[in-house]
Amino acid sequence: MNLMMLLEMAAEGLGDRVAVGSLDDGLTYRQLYDRAHGAANRYRAAGVESAVVCDESSPALPIALFGSAWAGIPYVPLNYRLPADDLLALAERAGSAVAIADEPNLERLGGLPGVSSVSAQVFSADPAAGTDGHASPGDWNMDPDDLAVLLFTSGTTGSPKSAVLRHKHLVSYILGSVEFMGAGEDEATLVSVPPYHIAGVASMLSSIYAGRRIVQLPRFDPDVWIDTVEREGVTHAMVVPTMLTRIVDALDARGGAPMLGIRALSYGGGKMPRPVIERALELFPITNFVNAYGLTETSSTISLLGPDDHRVAQYSDDPVEQQRLASVGRPLPGVEVQVRDDDGTVLGPGDVGEIFVRGEQVAGEYREKGSLLDADGWFPTRDGGFVDDDGYLFIQGRNDDVIIRGGENMSPGEIEDVAISHPGVRDAAAIGVPCREWGEKVVLLIVPDGDAPDPDELDDLIQERLRSSRVPSHVEVVDELPYNETGKLLRRVLREQFAHLGDDPTD
Amino acid sequence: MVELKPGARFQSTVCSTEVIVVKGGGEVDLTCGGAPMVASGTGEISGSPSDDAAGGTQLGKRYGNADETIELLATKAGDGSLAADGGALEIAQAKTLPASD
Repeated sequence: MNLMMLLEMAAEGLGDRVAVGSLDDGLTYRQLYDRAHGAANRYRAAGVESAVVCDESSPALPIALFGSAWAGIPYVPLNYRLPADDLLALAERAGSAVAIADEPNLERLGGLPGVSSVSAQVFSADPAAGTDGHASPGDWNMDPDDLAVLLFTSGTTGSPKSAVLRHKHLVSYILGSVEFMGAGEDEATLVSVPPYHIAGVASMLSSIYAGRRIVQLPRFDPDVWIDTVEREGVTHAMVVPTMLTRIVDALDARGGAPMLGIRALSYGGGKMPRPVIERALELFPITNFVNAYGLTETSSTISLLGPDDHRVAQYSDDPVEQQRLASVGRPLPGVEVQVRDDDGTVLGPGDVGEIFVRGEQVAGEYREKGSLLDADGWFPTRDGGFVDDDGYLFIQGRNDDVIIRGGENMSPGEIEDVAISHPGVRDAAAIGVPCREWGEKVVLLIVPDGDAPDPDELDDLIQERLRSSRVPSHVEVVDELPYNETGKLLRRVLREQFAHLGDDPTD
Repeated sequence: MVELKPGARFQSTVCSTEVIVVKGGGEVDLTCGGAPMVASGTGEISGSPSDDAAGGTQLGKRYGNADETIELLATKAGDGSLAADGGALEIAQAKTLPASD
């Protein structure tokens, strides 16, 4: 198996349809195939170990992704926003490389031993690329265990690790979740997620296999996003929670007129604030919403909450159906999910534990640590959560984020869900702060929606809905919470910022 | 007879059809256009599909047997139609998963 098989099929079946860019001047599937061949020739001629990309989204990215697969070297997208020292440290770990880079990084990366850097413009417009015509035979390696992509995980805890995705994982994911040529000729997807994130890689693969034109939005801005949707005839989009929050605000600022052109909007990457998704369902009244849950180590999506569940939750009076909006739906066919306790015992519906997954698309491997799969192929996600009676999966935050107060484990997610259900709370974060008496105590940070609610009201609400041990020792009002660019709450930052409350003698 | 396992690829010997195994295992008499299929890249194409196996194979479609133990994905289209152990393989129902990324 090789990712090039996917592009070869698209070039064969879709030929002159536009794969990437605008309808009038975008690259067709056939052209993309030829450019990938040109890129493969470039990589082979250079004899490098990696295809590094350190640039914002452009047509050079799918060319490099498929070109690297053709040449048999891993595609390694780096976060071009990193400080120079951090970026160079990551780039060195990729070994010898051809690196696509933007202006400030072109020289920096080119200065590394074995690395030659090239701008996206030169890389994509290389006259050596595309001269072979569509007759160029595919001479890529079909070994399913070859490295396809190396991704540095976001590092919300500790230093970045490089996750290994092999051709078999990504191809299995696409074949298992995407229908070949399933998209109509008029469909286009707007990609605004970072290219060095698994969602950025997966969006290229799934869109190309589905035959859905890719429109790239290099720097996310809610107004540009809305304008691009209208100008480019965008029908599909994937956003992270912070993006949807800003899109919803921007639409409201424009008068709150509904957007009807978007047929499908998927979101994931972090916890979606309930008021945001509820408002989005109103502002996109006929859009199919999808909440996707996945990890870098699982080749993107492993579970999804589909369009019908969203609309049922929106209009239902049944609390169970309403609550589904807080779930990530059910596992994809071909993906199994188990919830286990600390001893490894498999738990039943409703019991909270660590989420384990298994399936062909699950890689669960790092360059530094090797495979984390157990003997039966299960991968520990480090995410906590539970499955309800109907098989819906609920994520309640990273296991590393569990608050342990007086020996009792509590999930920040359950406290946050209750806090956000208060009409005066727009967003909330519960963290454990070290203290002498309890080991950790609960600190609740809230972003108010209008006037801040009385902390006693929140305490009562949490006591009533959960139990007294979950009642926070402190409720602090903040202007906003720190998220990384894919929407993950940076709890580590909050724990440092509010560590002083641990010594506060008031409780 | 060929050995089926997920990820294995086979080509027709009488038309341009190629497939990749999505599901299946063990020894199977896999044919396309009435002629045995061989591992991709190991055979020449000669002749043409037999009349009773010339319905064609469509690019990107999944083909399965009646008891759902075999599923093949067509990576190249061709004029011959697929069969396993003498039974015709039919187009499997398209998946209806919504786009998630």
